[in-house]
Amino acid sequence: MFPYIPTTYEEEQEMLKSIGLNSADDLFNDIPKDIQLNRELNLPKAKSELEVKSYLTSLAKKNCSLSELTCFLGAGAYDHYIPSIIDHIISRSEFYTSYTPYQPEISQGTLQYIFEFQTLLCRLTGMDVANASLYDGGTAVVEAALMAAAMAKKDEIIVSKTVRPETRQILETYAHIQNLKVIEVDMKDGVTDLEALDKLMNNNTAAVIVQSPNFFGIIEDLKATSEIAHKVKKASFIASVDPISLAILKRPGDLGVDVVVGEAQGMGIPLSFGGPYLGFMAAKKGYMRKLPGRIVGETEDKDGKRSYVLTLTAREQHIRREKATSNICSNQGLNALAATIYMVTMGKEGLKEVAMQSTKKAHYAFEELTKSGKYKPLFNKPFFKEFAITSDIDAENINIKLRKENIIGGYHLGKDYPQFKNSILYAVTEKRTKDEIDKLSSVLEGIK
Amino acid sequence: MRKYDKLIFEVSKPGRKAYNLPALDVEDKCIKSFIPEEFLSDTELDFPEVSEVDVIRHYTNLSHKNYGVDTGFYPLGSCTMKYNPKINEDTARMDGFANIHPYQMEGCIQGSLQLMYELDKALAEIAGMDKMSLQPAAGAHGELTGIMVIKAYHEKNGDSKRTKIIVPDSAHGTNPATAAMAGYDIVEVKSTKNGLVDLESLKAVVGDDTAGLMLTNPNTLGLFEKDIKEIAKIVHDAGGQLYYDGANANAILGHARPGDMGFDVVHFNIHKTFSTPHGGGGPGSGPIGVKKHLMEFLPVPLVNKDEDRYYLDYDVPNTIGKVKDFYGHFGILVRAYTYILTMGSDGLKKASEMAVLNANYMANKLKEYYYLPIDTLFKHEFVLGGLKDTLSEVTTLDIAKRLLDHGYHPPTVYFPLIINQAIMIEPTETESKETLDEFIDAMIKISKESSENPQVVKDAPHNTIVRRPDETKAARNPVLKYEG
Repeated sequence: MFPYIPTTYEEEQEMLKSIGLNSADDLFNDIPKDIQLNRELNLPKAKSELEVKSYLTSLAKKNCSLSELTCFLGAGAYDHYIPSIIDHIISRSEFYTSYTPYQPEISQGTLQYIFEFQTLLCRLTGMDVANASLYDGGTAVVEAALMAAAMAKKDEIIVSKTVRPETRQILETYAHIQNLKVIEVDMKDGVTDLEALDKLMNNNTAAVIVQSPNFFGIIEDLKATSEIAHKVKKASFIASVDPISLAILKRPGDLGVDVVVGEAQGMGIPLSFGGPYLGFMAAKKGYMRKLPGRIVGETEDKDGKRSYVLTLTAREQHIRREKATSNICSNQGLNALAATIYMVTMGKEGLKEVAMQSTKKAHYAFEELTKSGKYKPLFNKPFFKEFAITSDIDAENINIKLRKENIIGGYHLGKDYPQFKNSILYAVTEKRTKDEIDKLSSVLEGIK
Repeated sequence: MRKYDKLIFEVSKPGRKAYNLPALDVEDKCIKSFIPEEFLSDTELDFPEVSEVDVIRHYTNLSHKNYGVDTGFYPLGSCTMKYNPKINEDTARMDGFANIHPYQMEGCIQGSLQLMYELDKALAEIAGMDKMSLQPAAGAHGELTGIMVIKAYHEKNGDSKRTKIIVPDSAHGTNPATAAMAGYDIVEVKSTKNGLVDLESLKAVVGDDTAGLMLTNPNTLGLFEKDIKEIAKIVHDAGGQLYYDGANANAILGHARPGDMGFDVVHFNIHKTFSTPHGGGGPGSGPIGVKKHLMEFLPVPLVNKDEDRYYLDYDVPNTIGKVKDFYGHFGILVRAYTYILTMGSDGLKKASEMAVLNANYMANKLKEYYYLPIDTLFKHEFVLGGLKDTLSEVTTLDIAKRLLDHGYHPPTVYFPLIINQAIMIEPTETESKETLDEFIDAMIKISKESSENPQVVKDAPHNTIVRRPDETKAARNPVLKYEG
C-alpha cells in the first residue's frame, strides 16, 4: 500500500470486475504493445517519509542558508523580513489545495483576496486596474511589451540598458518569436540617457521600458521619460518597479506611466533559490480589456449579495484560444496571497518604514564603504536600497573573502556589463544591522 | 460557517498596526538628504490599518469560503486535483532550500543544483526524453518554451516556410494560444466520432508549412491516441515536430512514455501529475523535456554535472535564450522531487493504474444515468454529455451547481468543446472507493431530480454562501478594485 492511494486489494479486484477486466494491466490495453513500457521506470522504489526527509535534509545542508550568513546580495531578489503570519495563512489548505476559482460559490476566499490584491496594487502604483499576477518580474515586463505592441500594431520596443539584464534577455527571447525589434537605449552615469532615448523614438515605437529603481538601484526620472515616450502616438510607457520603493517614492501613475510591472518577491515571499516569485501588472483603464491573465471583479449573486468572480474572460485562452491576449493560465495565486497579507500586515506605516529603513541603511553602508577612498562610487545618482562601488580588486576574490567571514557579498556587475568589471552592486534591506554593515566595511577594508 | 462579508479595507481603523520592526540603528538622516524631493511621494499610502489579530481572523474567515482538495472530492477534469502530500510542504520550507539567494556562488548552492539535476534525470526517465529544462513557470509557459525550441530548430535548418502549428479540436485552449503567441498560424484538425485524431484529416493538413503538431495523449476526452505512431510518422515525414502536452500524464506513468511514442518535446504540469498544490491558481511549474536533436536549443541555464560538481550551464550552442527570471520555480520543484522519491517507480505506476481504474469505474456506473458519447476504455478521465434525457431543460451548468449542494467541487464543464454539454470527470488515484460511490450516488440523485423536480436543480445551489454570482454584470460594468 502507498499512503496516498486508498484503494485496497479487494476493492481493486471488485472495481476491475465491475468494468469487466481481470487485472490492472488490462486498463492499458488501449496502448499499443510496441509503445508500452515493458520494464520498471529506472527510478528508486518507494521510500518512507523518514527516508525522504533525511535525504532531502542532506541536500538542503549542502546549501549555505541565509539564516547563517549576512546577505548583501540583491540584483532582483531581496532578503526582506517576512512576518510569521504569512506562512500560517498561506498554509491553510483551503487556500493552497484549491484550484483556479472557476466555481465562485466555493471560491469566494480566493476571489476576494485577489480583489484585495488588485486594490492594494492599484493604490500602491496609482493605476486603475491590476491583474491577479504573472509568473515573475521578468515575464511581466515581457507581457507588458507584447500587449503594447499588439495594441499599437507596431513592432519596436525600446528598453533601457539600466533594466535588469535577465529581463532584457527574456524580452529578446520573446521578441524573436513575435518578430518584434528590441532597441536598447544607452545609459549615462547609471541612468537612462534621455537624449539618446529621444533620438530613438520614431513612428514604429510601440513601447518604452525603463526600470526604477533601476538595476543599479538608482531612481530614474519617470516623469521626464514619460514626456519623451509619449511624443510618439500610441506608444506605451512601461515602468518596472520595486513595489516596496513606492511606499516613499512618487507613484508611477502620477508620473505618466501607462503600465506598471514588477517583481513582488520582497513582499513576503522567500528567496527559495529564485522561485516561485510574483510578477504583477497594473495599468491605466485603457488597457483593461487587453491585460494578460486573470482578473477578479465584484458583482452580486442571485440574492443581491456582494460577491466576486473571474471577469473579462473574453481576453483569455480558455475562451478565445488563438485570439487570446496571452497564453497564461496558471499564475502565482498563492504568492499573490502572501503579498496581500504582507501589504495589509505592514500596512500604511509599516511598508513606509521598510522602505525608509532600507534607504537609510543602504546610504549608511554606501558612506561607510566609500569613506576611505579604497572603494569608489560607480555612479553619482540618488539610489534606493542598492548601490554600486568599484575598485581594482578582483570582484570574485572580494566575494570569496567576504564569504569566509560569513558574508554574502554583492552582485558582480562585470558579468553583464564588461565596462563595469570589478564593480559590485550591494543591496541593503531593513534586515541588516549597523553591526553587520560595519563588519562588511571592515572586511572590505582589509582585502588586498 | 460564520457570516463574514468584509473586505480588509472595511476592517481598518486608524492607529492600528500588525507589524513591529527593530528601531533604526544607523543615524536617522532626513530622507531628503538622500533622494531629491521631486522623486519623493507627498501623499500617504492608502493601505489598511489593522492589528495582527484582525489579519488572522479576516483571512481565516476567507479560507472558510474556499474549497480545496483537503476539504473534499475535486473531480475537475484535466486538472488532476490529487492530494497534496504534507511532507512536500515541509521539504520546500527547509532552511537550506527556502533561504537561498539565486545568485549565491556555486559552492554555496550545490544542494539546490543536485536536487535539480536529479529531478531532471527522473523526469527525463518518466518522459522518455534526453534532457529537461526546469525553467518554465507553468504548463502554458512550458508549451511556449517547447514551441520556441521547435521554431529554433526549423530556423537553424533554414526551414522558414514552416508557419503552421496543427492542433486537434479537442485541445486545451493554451495550445492554440501558445502557438499564436509564438507567431504561428493555427490549423485545427478534426477528431473522429470516436474522439481520436482523424488521420485522413491530419494527412490533408500536413505539408512543408507544418512546424509541428501539439497533442495531449491521452487526449482531453480521456482517450489514448492509439494511432500515435502513425500520427508521429505523418508529422515527421512532413518535416514537422511533435509536441506532447503533459496535462494528462497522470494516466500513463510507468506504463508508456511520450518519448517512446515519437514525441520530440514534452512538458509536464508539475502541479497536476507530481502532486504540488494548485494554490488557488498557482504557482505551478512546467518543465520541458526534449530529444537529443533539440538539446542545443533549450533555454539557459541548464543544470549539469562535472564529476562531483553541479553547475549552471550557460553553454548551450543555439539556445532560445532565457524564458524567465533565474532558474525555475525551485520551491515547486523541491515538492515534486519529494513526491517522486516518496512514490518511487512502483508508486508512480500504481498511481496511474488507480487513476485509470477510478475513472473507468465511475464512467461505467454513471453511463446509465448520463449520456456517455464515447463508451470505451478510458484513461484517467472521461467526458459525459449532460443528461440522457436530451429534452430536459436542466443543463450541465445546473448539474454542476447542484453538486455544490452535495458538498462537491463540480467537474470541469463545457470542455472539451467538441462534446455538447460536456461534464469532464477526473477522480485521480487519491480518492477512496467510498468517495467515488458517494459522488456517483449524488450524480444519480441529481439525474432523477432533473426529471422529477427540475426546478430544484435549475435553482441550485441552495446552500452555498453565495449563489450564481452575476458574471454578465461583472463583465459589463467592471468593478476591479475597492473604491471605499
